[in-house]
Amino acid sequence: MPIDVIALEKAIKRAIPVTHLEIVDQSSGCGDSYAIVLVSESFQGKSTLARHRMVNDLLKDQIAQMHAFSQKTYTPEQYEKLQAQG
Amino acid sequence: MFRPGLRSSFKLLHRTAPSTLVASRLTAFRYLSQEARSSIERAVKAKPIVLFMKGTPDEPQCGFSRAAVQILELHGVHPEKMQTYNVLADPELRSGIKEFSEWPTIPQVYVNGEFVGGCDILIGMHQSGELETLLENNGVIPKIEGDASSTPPEDASKEKSSS
Repeated sequence: MPIDVIALEKAIKRAIPVTHLEIVDQSSGCGDSYAIVLVSESFQGKSTLARHRMVNDLLKDQIAQMHAFSQKTYTPEQYEKLQAQG
Repeated sequence: MFRPGLRSSFKLLHRTAPSTLVASRLTAFRYLSQEARSSIERAVKAKPIVLFMKGTPDEPQCGFSRAAVQILELHGVHPEKMQTYNVLADPELRSGIKEFSEWPTIPQVYVNGEFVGGCDILIGMHQSGELETLLENNGVIPKIEGDASSTPPEDASKEKSSS
């Protein structure tokens, strides 16, 4: 069953504070492949693996129904730095 | 990048329950048998680098698996030090490894029996230089000459930060 962007957004925002969120449907519309960029203060002090595990867990039901899921996770400070570089 | 034909056939195999919600809940609560768990435990320690992927290094069946293979090749990981498992050839392994690692996607990379992550993490660690350090410290690739420290891999793995 396809997942929509709004369902993903809701599931994330319900669980953690979100500074910035990009959700890209990479499936040309069929809704089974997403890439997200997520900026949250709740990633503070956590390794990338721990952050990804956190996101995997809060989107457990959705990811189970997808073919592909890709994520980038930043703290607000990291994201600011990244933006400044770009 | 993806193979719709292959994908849909797998979906059919897995979706025997009438509702996908029920199916995913069943998967989430299913208990990995002791036998399956110990065989995966052996598998993740088969070689210094263990990669669970879709397809084979020569013929990856998914762009994410291809990326994982390419990154490891880029770092000069010797084939002798790496074991890959094609989860498409083994449906039990395909679901088992996800439960074992508590990680929902393939590919998955293990270094000296320790879970490192999936494709996103591998790419991120490659870009930041962490992957090279991790591989060096685990004795998977030689340290570049001129490095001050010549810590043996056994010790290095202990002081490795948990990334």
